[in-house]
Amino acid sequence: MKSLLRVVLLSSALVSGFASAVEFKQVQANESTVTFGYKQMGVPMEGKFAKFSAQTSFDPAKLAKAQARIDIDLASIDTGSEEANDEVVGKPWFNAKAFPSAGFVSTGVKALGGNRYEATGKLTIKGKTLDVTAPFTFQANGTRGLFDGVFTIKRLDYNIGEGVWADVGTVANEIQIKFHLVLTATPNKK
Amino acid sequence: MNTPIERYNNTAMALHWLVALLIFAAFPLGVYMHDLPLSPTKLQYYSYHKWIGITILLLVIARVVWRFTHTPPPLPASTPRWEVVVSHITHLALYGLLLAIPFSGWLMSSAKGFQTVWFGVLPLPDLVEKNKELGQLLATVHQGLNVFLFLLVGMHIAAVIKHKFIDHDQILERMLPKGMSK
Repeated sequence: MKSLLRVVLLSSALVSGFASAVEFKQVQANESTVTFGYKQMGVPMEGKFAKFSAQTSFDPAKLAKAQARIDIDLASIDTGSEEANDEVVGKPWFNAKAFPSAGFVSTGVKALGGNRYEATGKLTIKGKTLDVTAPFTFQANGTRGLFDGVFTIKRLDYNIGEGVWADVGTVANEIQIKFHLVLTATPNKK
Repeated sequence: MNTPIERYNNTAMALHWLVALLIFAAFPLGVYMHDLPLSPTKLQYYSYHKWIGITILLLVIARVVWRFTHTPPPLPASTPRWEVVVSHITHLALYGLLLAIPFSGWLMSSAKGFQTVWFGVLPLPDLVEKNKELGQLLATVHQGLNVFLFLLVGMHIAAVIKHKFIDHDQILERMLPKGMSK
């Protein structure tokens, strides 16, 4: 999985190797996180996805060319409760056997001023694709770029939690998805 | 024919019977919900159990305050010395358990990574961090304390029955409103 990711990144780096001076595109998998928050009977819960891959390229000076693709391995979910971890990969929730991953593909990035940006894109979960908008901040620190953002989805829009679980009074419909991505820029040869 | 019974006051009675009622709700609920497969109902039962438990904790704190600030009605003069001693120990242990059990449940909930939010509205602070081993330990403690509670409540009720139907004294009447006893 990791070596595959490396090959993908390497090849994409080779293809677009002569871009601007600071194009952030190497995702530091061990420093990046995709977490989520939800409420269960009014109780705030936190979860995370241990495995995901991301291919991104971001140059604040060339937003039109910015791209991001994030694939999340749904079986790697940690909902914060072991019992729930077994439950959510099942059919009523993610149906991870049929739909092992969730994916985000960006369609555009615009600047909101300062270090704030907004990514729009298509989020696909459980065979359903919907448009999402994710505001995020970007901070460059030498060759390291930090992306932090949060956006909210409604789980029922993707049929996550069907049948008895469709009751949003128990598990809330709103799921906050938080991402913290650390990307490094390779110093480009001119 | 008898001298009038000295009863607990209304506050003490209300607290006693309310806590009794809540224990009879929370205890079987706790036993039942434990083995349920995960479902919205299970999550609801767990929340109800926690809400009741925290309510018991608060009411028992009020009872302890009441007990420290009031003198309970005396036991009948005929009560044997050993019964006085045993009843004091039992009541002390009941108070202790009724504080320790909800508290251990609250801590267990935190250790297992679920904050307790009273009635889904008031979040209680997590006094311990999420920790799997600690969560299991506290679950054992919570269950173990409940076994003691079960035994002591059984003893408490058995004593009431004994006093009412064997000794024919007026221990029970002290905890009953006036109209409810002859």
